Amino acid sequence: MARKDFLDIVSLERSEIIQLLDQAEPFKDLFTRSVKKVPALKGKTVLMLFYEASTRTLSSFEVAAKRLSADVTIFDVPHSSVTKGESVRDTIDTLQAMRADYIVVRHRLSGQPAAIARQTNASVINAGDGAHAHPTQALLDAFTLREVYPEMEGRKVLIMGDVLHSRVARSTSTILTKLGVEVAFCGPGSLVPQTRFRRFTNYDEALRWGPDAVYLLRVQKERQEASFYPSDREYHAVFGITEERLKRLSDEGVYVMHPGPVNRGVELCDGVLDYERCLISQQVENGIAARMSVLYGLKPQLS
Amino acid sequence: MNIALSPSDISMAIQRLAEEILQAADGGEIELVGIRRRGDEVAERVYELLKERGAQVRLGVLDISLYRDDYEHLSSNPTLQSSEIHFPVDGAYVVLVDDVIFTGRTIRSALDALFDYGRPAKVDLAVLIDRGHREIPVEPRFVGQVLNTRREERVVVHLEKTDGKESVSLITQ
Repeated sequence: MARKDFLDIVSLERSEIIQLLDQAEPFKDLFTRSVKKVPALKGKTVLMLFYEASTRTLSSFEVAAKRLSADVTIFDVPHSSVTKGESVRDTIDTLQAMRADYIVVRHRLSGQPAAIARQTNASVINAGDGAHAHPTQALLDAFTLREVYPEMEGRKVLIMGDVLHSRVARSTSTILTKLGVEVAFCGPGSLVPQTRFRRFTNYDEALRWGPDAVYLLRVQKERQEASFYPSDREYHAVFGITEERLKRLSDEGVYVMHPGPVNRGVELCDGVLDYERCLISQQVENGIAARMSVLYGLKPQLS
Repeated sequence: MNIALSPSDISMAIQRLAEEILQAADGGEIELVGIRRRGDEVAERVYELLKERGAQVRLGVLDISLYRDDYEHLSSNPTLQSSEIHFPVDGAYVVLVDDVIFTGRTIRSALDALFDYGRPAKVDLAVLIDRGHREIPVEPRFVGQVLNTRREERVVVHLEKTDGKESVSLITQ
C-alpha cells in the first residue's frame, strides 16, 4: 500500500528510498525524448503552496508535475488572502474544496506540512519546512550520488557550511546514512552543532578524512538573525572552495555538490562551476526526476 | 489448472510469428518492440530467429506503466522499469510484440507510449496468444496461437528467461 504523504526522510524505510531512487531512473530517461511527458497523472491537480520564496524548487516541482500530465496551480501566497490574515487551516479548507489531489508545501515553520497533511485527503509533499526537512532535495542528492557511485555503501560525504540553519543538511545526511554512506559535517564552530556525526571545524583536516564528495551548503543570509561569521571574504578563505582547494579536490577526484543557488565568492569560487566533477547541474536535472518519482509513488485518499 | 501450451507448442508459435513477420516485412527493416513484461521475452526470441534468417531487425522494449488507464483502481502504482528504444521511431516499420492479447487495452496504452517516441511509418501487432474478449477495436496481425477462453478464465504465461519455466495455462476462477 502506497503512502499518502511525503513529509520527511526519517520515517521512510530503506526499501522505500531504494524504490523511489530506482523509479526516478525511467523518469530521467524521458528527458531525452522529444515528448518528455507521460499521461500518468492526467486529470490530477497539483497545488503549489509556497509560504516562503523559492524559484528553483517551485519550478522543479512544476516541471515534474507537468511532465506527468497533471494540472498545476500555483497558490500565490504573497498576493493571496493569507496577507489579509487567513490562517493556514482556512486556506487548506479552501484548497480541499478545490479538490486538489496533491499539495506541495513550503513553509518557514517546521511541522506545518505535517499539520496540513492531517487536515486534508490530498497527498502532501514537503518542499521544505523551517530547519526541519527538505526530503525531495535529499532524494535528488542521493540519486545524483548514486549515479557516480552505484555502490554507495561505505562512501564518504563531507557536508560543509551552515549546518545549523540547514534543513538540507538534516534531510540529506539522514538519507545518505540510511543508504550506508558515511557523513561528516564541517563548518564554523558557531554553525555546526554537536550531533552523532563526525564534526570538523577545519577544512583541511576534514579533507584528510578522505571524502568522496564535498556537499556545500548555501550560506543562508536570510535565515541568520545574528552574524555567525565576520564577512563573506573571510568565510570563503576559511570554509569556501578556493582555487587552491579546488586543485586539491581535483587531484583527489572528489565530487562537489550544492543545493543551489550558489553564492559565488562565498561557498565556492567561479572555477568550481566548470570543474569536471561538479554535480550541481546534474542535481537540478535529477531534481525533476526525483520529484516525478515522489508524485507517482503517492496515493491521495480521494474518492 | 489446464496446461494449454507445452514448451514445444510455444516454440512453434514463436517460429510462426517470425515466419509471418519476415514475409510481411518483405526484406525491409523491422523494429521489434516488446511490451514489458514477457512481451519483451517473446520479442527477443522472435528477434533471434529473424537474425538467423538474415533480416534487418532491431529490438526495443516498452514499459507502459505510465500509460495505463486504470491507476485509479490500484492501491499503489505499478513499479516502473525503463523503456529501451535506441532507434529512431520516425518513419520506421514497428512490430509491437506482447505475450497475450485480451481486452486490447494494453495495446492502446502501448500505442500511446510508442507515438511519444516518434511517428512510425507503420505499426503491426504480434502476439504469442490471442485469447479473445476484446473491449476496444484492436486486432493483431500476427498470432502465434489462438486460445478459446471464457471471459472469467485467466491465461498464465511462463517463459524461460522471465520465470525459469515454460508453459501457458488456463485457470478457471
